[in-house]
Amino acid sequence: MAIEVNGKSFETDEEGYLTNLSDWEPGVAEVMAKEDDLELTEEHWDIINFLREYYEEYQIAPAVRVLTKAVGKKLGKEKGNSKYLYALFPYGPGKQACRFAGLPKPTGCI
Amino acid sequence: MAKAEFDVPELHEYVDVPELVEGTMAHLSPYVAKPDHNTPLGFPGELVDDWHDKVLEKLDDLRSRYRSLQVYLDACVKCGACTDKCHYYLSTKDPKNMPVGRQDLLRKVYRRYNTFAGKYFPWLVGAKDLTRETLDEWYSYYHQCSQCRRCSVFCPYGIDTAEISMAAREILDSVGYGQKYCNEIIAKVHEKGNNLGLPGPAILDTLEGLEEDVFDETGVAVKYPLDVKGAEILLVTPSADFFAEPHVDGLIGYGKVFHEAGVSWTMSTTASEAGNFGMFIGSYENMRRVALRIRQAALELGVKRIVFGECGHAWRVAYAFLNTLAGPFDFLDPRYPVPQHICEYTYDLIQQGKLRFDKSANDDMTLTFHDSCNVARATRMGDKPGGQFDIPRAVIKAVCNNYVDMDHETIGERTFCCGGGGGLLTDDLMEIRVKGALPRMTALQNVIKDEGVTHMAAICAICKSQFTKVLPYYGMEMDQIVSVHQLVSNAIILTGQNSDEEDADSDDEADGEA
Repeated sequence: MAIEVNGKSFETDEEGYLTNLSDWEPGVAEVMAKEDDLELTEEHWDIINFLREYYEEYQIAPAVRVLTKAVGKKLGKEKGNSKYLYALFPYGPGKQACRFAGLPKPTGCI
Repeated sequence: MAKAEFDVPELHEYVDVPELVEGTMAHLSPYVAKPDHNTPLGFPGELVDDWHDKVLEKLDDLRSRYRSLQVYLDACVKCGACTDKCHYYLSTKDPKNMPVGRQDLLRKVYRRYNTFAGKYFPWLVGAKDLTRETLDEWYSYYHQCSQCRRCSVFCPYGIDTAEISMAAREILDSVGYGQKYCNEIIAKVHEKGNNLGLPGPAILDTLEGLEEDVFDETGVAVKYPLDVKGAEILLVTPSADFFAEPHVDGLIGYGKVFHEAGVSWTMSTTASEAGNFGMFIGSYENMRRVALRIRQAALELGVKRIVFGECGHAWRVAYAFLNTLAGPFDFLDPRYPVPQHICEYTYDLIQQGKLRFDKSANDDMTLTFHDSCNVARATRMGDKPGGQFDIPRAVIKAVCNNYVDMDHETIGERTFCCGGGGGLLTDDLMEIRVKGALPRMTALQNVIKDEGVTHMAAICAICKSQFTKVLPYYGMEMDQIVSVHQLVSNAIILTGQNSDEEDADSDDEADGEA
């Protein structure tokens, strides 16, 4: 499978995650979001950028609590919770936002 | 990733036994494992050319290794007692999701090649040739079984469909036709130490965050130690406890209990996973490799006790198999069970009067408890029969004022699976997960309506994740599922915590705002 971004083709796995994480560019997130009927706002990008920064440091997506805490610190306590994240990413911050950010799918009992 | 296109069952007061409809779930198969997932587990990378002979050889091998499997293949008399006991049959109407129908998928091949009648008069005994279609059918329907073993409670011969399902998956793996979800995860455990693939620094970062949070909330420096040599207790918990909600709220609770007990404890990066998916795929070798990490960690850290966190199938592997897989554990303190469940640990402290609780901290909830299948039907807690049902409930009742059981036909040893166990907790199986939750959702909705229940507690990482996902399909909220030790965490009074007076003040403020 593959997605088209600005005339360039990006290979994805059967679940829609980028095969080569280093291929990622912002347009990938835009196209994936459009396929999910989402319009990416600044709030979405705050999350996507945080995911990518965290991944770069730890080679894994952040735990939900790490993410909500970081969001709370940056955007105010009322936004530091899962409800806020699910409002932005209805399929879940762990899975949908990771996919947009070009991260591998988190696996396990989650 | 469009929303799955399938009909979500409607909830009624009872789940009626449906009339059969052939093939309603024949379309559903999980993603197939790739060579990267298979080879680290010792399986062929992809489907081998001589799969036909290899499948029959493997079936012979398993029959000779497991006497139980041989008995299960021979003993069924088609009495029908199991037919309406599977949550997947009740919600899909597909006869191949009846326990006997599922067993027969393997049994018909066994009969054809291994019994006198099947060899010479196959049409008389339901014996069928092994074909590529058979293989695909196995792949589909043996991944629509959560290995919950509810059917085996009702079978007069005690036939365990879970064991047949595990055998079928092992046969499929042995010819390179395994499931991506399970095999990718087991490969991660072998490589990184846990199902999520969390590296040590990420676990450490998460735990430091928890210490900060608990300190901010209570003013008490509760520690969440990692890789501390010489600690008394090694806690082995599902990696979802580090990562997901409401799991992490349970982990916070374990830490508070250890803190109040005044015991030294640690987690381990080597054994940063309680779960053991080796069981789901029936692979003794992989199950053993995964279990041996726990022994290795216990030896390296020099601990005296091993305690397991809230994880259903982990407790089965720990309780029933750990000693034979990874024992003997003669280096641990013989005064304590090897291993011990966190609920047993907390319950003992409660019995000794060593923990203090403010039960009103959970007064915003009315709880019920979902018995997880592996805990309910494959293990025990404490030293009395039924302890696996009584002890978690006793813990909940010690920390909550409001508790109600669900319909007794749906709890205890007759508990219905959450719908996502046994290696089915993956997005590509969402249809069967949502449908399979129907009996549990029905019982839950009844106590919500009749008894004012607001939340359901569980002691299994899979159950918690599954309910988080499927509750909204049935019109409920994802956060209505909670961890048992989350309730403990809410109510426990830590020595030296921010004074009651301050708490009372903040309560007043909250009341004032309301």
